[in-house]
Amino acid sequence: MSSGTVTADQARTLIGERFSGSTVEGTTALTVTVTPDAWLPFATFAKETLGCRFFSFLSANDWKDEGLEVVAKVDNTDTNLAILVKSRLGAGVTTCASLVPVYRGANWMERECYDMFGIRFEGHPDLRRILLQDDWVGHPLLKSYSVDTPYPPYR
Amino acid sequence: MTTVSTTRQELDYAGSERLTMNMGPQHPSAHGVFRAILQLEGETVVGVDAVIGYLHRCHEKLAETLTYAQYPSIASKTDYVAAMTSEFAYVMAAETIGKIEVPKRAQYLRVITSELQRVASHLLWLGTWCLDMGGALGGGATIFLYCIREREDILDLFESLVGARLLYGFYQVGGVRYDIPDGWATKCRETVDLIDQRINEYQRMLEENPFFLVRTQGVGVISRELAEDVGISGPLLRGSGVAYDLRRATPYSSYEDFEFNIPVETAGDCFARYRVRMVEFRESLRIVRQALDKLPEGPISSRPGLKSVAQTRIPKGETYARIEGARGEVGCYLIADGSAKPYRMKWRGASFSNLAVLPHVIPGHKVADVVAIMGSVDPVFGEVDR
Amino acid sequence: MMEALTPFIAPFIVMNAVLGIVTYVTLLERKFAARMQSRIGPYRVGPHGLLQPIADAIKLMMKEDVVPTAADRPIYNLAPIVFVLPCMFIFATIPFAPGLGVADLNIGVLFFLAVSSMEIVGLFMAGWGSNNKYALLSAMRAVNQVISYDLPFIFAALTPVLLAGSLKLSDIAAAQAGGAWFIFYPVIGQLAFIAFIVSTVAAENRAPFDILEAESELVAGFRVEYSGMKFALIQLGEYAHIIGSSFLGALLFLGAWAGPGPEWLDPIWFLTKAMFMFLVVTWVRWSFVRIRVDQILALSWKALLPFTLLLLIATAIVVVWRGPGV
Repeated sequence: MSSGTVTADQARTLIGERFSGSTVEGTTALTVTVTPDAWLPFATFAKETLGCRFFSFLSANDWKDEGLEVVAKVDNTDTNLAILVKSRLGAGVTTCASLVPVYRGANWMERECYDMFGIRFEGHPDLRRILLQDDWVGHPLLKSYSVDTPYPPYR
Repeated sequence: MTTVSTTRQELDYAGSERLTMNMGPQHPSAHGVFRAILQLEGETVVGVDAVIGYLHRCHEKLAETLTYAQYPSIASKTDYVAAMTSEFAYVMAAETIGKIEVPKRAQYLRVITSELQRVASHLLWLGTWCLDMGGALGGGATIFLYCIREREDILDLFESLVGARLLYGFYQVGGVRYDIPDGWATKCRETVDLIDQRINEYQRMLEENPFFLVRTQGVGVISRELAEDVGISGPLLRGSGVAYDLRRATPYSSYEDFEFNIPVETAGDCFARYRVRMVEFRESLRIVRQALDKLPEGPISSRPGLKSVAQTRIPKGETYARIEGARGEVGCYLIADGSAKPYRMKWRGASFSNLAVLPHVIPGHKVADVVAIMGSVDPVFGEVDR
Repeated sequence: MMEALTPFIAPFIVMNAVLGIVTYVTLLERKFAARMQSRIGPYRVGPHGLLQPIADAIKLMMKEDVVPTAADRPIYNLAPIVFVLPCMFIFATIPFAPGLGVADLNIGVLFFLAVSSMEIVGLFMAGWGSNNKYALLSAMRAVNQVISYDLPFIFAALTPVLLAGSLKLSDIAAAQAGGAWFIFYPVIGQLAFIAFIVSTVAAENRAPFDILEAESELVAGFRVEYSGMKFALIQLGEYAHIIGSSFLGALLFLGAWAGPGPEWLDPIWFLTKAMFMFLVVTWVRWSFVRIRVDQILALSWKALLPFTLLLLIATAIVVVWRGPGV
């Protein structure tokens, strides 16, 4: 089975075999939840074994007390297999493995994610703020950051 | 906004002194507010650092504070050149989570407007791209003014449909807000025919022009591998040899009812991207004609009269809805918590990913090519910075 | 007293005529471009926008003159003058009708070509003195381009010289009397005319060869820091150069003042032909996209230069074989 022709069913089996702590939902568009340790290995696996070479986006969600969750979406453009992969980092954890070694598109996405959520992506070549100024205080998309947080020059 | 300590992408050039040149944020071909810090060696660019964020308006945070009925008209401000398609993505996400049915007529109206929007957006792209290469005081301006003339016709159509010309608020959860007025279909057909004919004219004007060819062929080659890796989408991805169009890959809003081709070019250069978009013009017009022919009768919304906040409660759930916008995959990752407002919204702007390819492509090209490549990427900074 | 002033009268008239023509040529170009682009063009100031150039001139004179702090002041201030002078000098040698001109030099063509390429000095001074990276890049491009295109320009202009057998502009005009314009000279005439047009566009830095202005890349190139009257001077010089080259082209290829009608119509005919040349160049400008600096240089050194050189040699052989004249 070449990596270009993985169907959703095969993918589900393959993921189940390879990543024991993961859950897979969905029929055509799969939603995979992996442990934070498996974040980078899963990306490599998705790209190489499942043929999901198209990197759609990477972001995060703030589940308040339950901590942050990173989300990424990859596609196989030949078979239209779409995988949304999620991983809960755990309460208080703000570090995550970077996907840049696997997907170059993760570069800007992770910079945005760092900018908005303060997640430090380990292994990212150039982790700077991307949308906000370098001297911005705080990470706006966290739920703890209220909409009307004052910022020095614009009170 | 961001201070630069080192250049990220450098070719191995030995020797003479380098010049650091700021292109933007105020620059004639910045297509908005974009700053490229170029390392130059003579005329050749050896390093580039792209700085974005000048147009950041906290769309994602804003979405958490606005209801499902309020946000669609704000969503149109992400990609303001193709506002219809950006509203579409948000509305579709809400409908997917809420399992809200959309009447057939509304689906067709959505198809018509988003295809017209694609044509309008591509017209603006063609004009500004030629403006980048030809200059406001040269041949580029000629094409630009022709394209704007046609875009105006489409905007007139939108104006008579919605009342607005740039940001519409036409889509709402469950359908569309307005039905087409009397005589609109006829006028639309006339416009479509006119544009179809004019596009041929422009194509001849450009492709029979050797200067245009030398400026675009072989310039800014994006390989298939790089294209997928960075996640560029839309005409750029198809120009790099990937036949991936969401209208075909994951049909939504009755796109499976229409016949259309997906143009693919394998060269991956500016000319390939241009060719893809030139074919897309025709295909979009073709879809509009088919949709007008087949337009079913019926209601335009499954929740007519939807106005108040309370009516659009979306159950708990999450989804990633994506549509094929003018620039590529416009996606909306929405998490609903059962209240009147989303818990989290992530907006995947096509231009953000498309622009991310620039640092990989520009080094090694001449300064003049930077603007040509950038124009061929067709970024809209409202969507990049959100 | 009057005798002492006489040498100044003709230059004074010519200079002012040139200024007038240059001012109104901008309107002509804008109207022409507007027609090409299916719009109207200047229309508000005066009937059909006829007073627009005056309004523009007044506006430019009233503008604040901004000098960048980091600019090399003497060079920056001197550059527009150095730029505009050669562009005015080129009119010195052009006879506008038989016996009507400032100085009908024996080496008229040579003088024209030599002086017209002097503008590069002012251009480079402007680029360097502004202390702006866009301006500097533009100045570098300008030197590249002007050096590359002066040779084809000279070779193309020398073809009619060979055919006429004289460097004196009035002789060249006289050699074309009776409708024997050099553009009608079999094969050679047309090829030389095309080469002349191409190299004029390039030597004048007009689109599609306007890489040194290149507002989509270099904003406005060497004049990005100039404002007010200094900017107006540069603009004036540029248009004067274009008009000068148009006159030269009309003289070399289109039979100068030859035309039907009484003798006093001669300058009018000459002006009409020069305007025709100008509009050809303008037509090219508003139809093509700009090409890249390396492509421009390649076009000159790899195509145009060998081509014009061969053309010149061919002309020489033909002239030796058939004798001068058509």
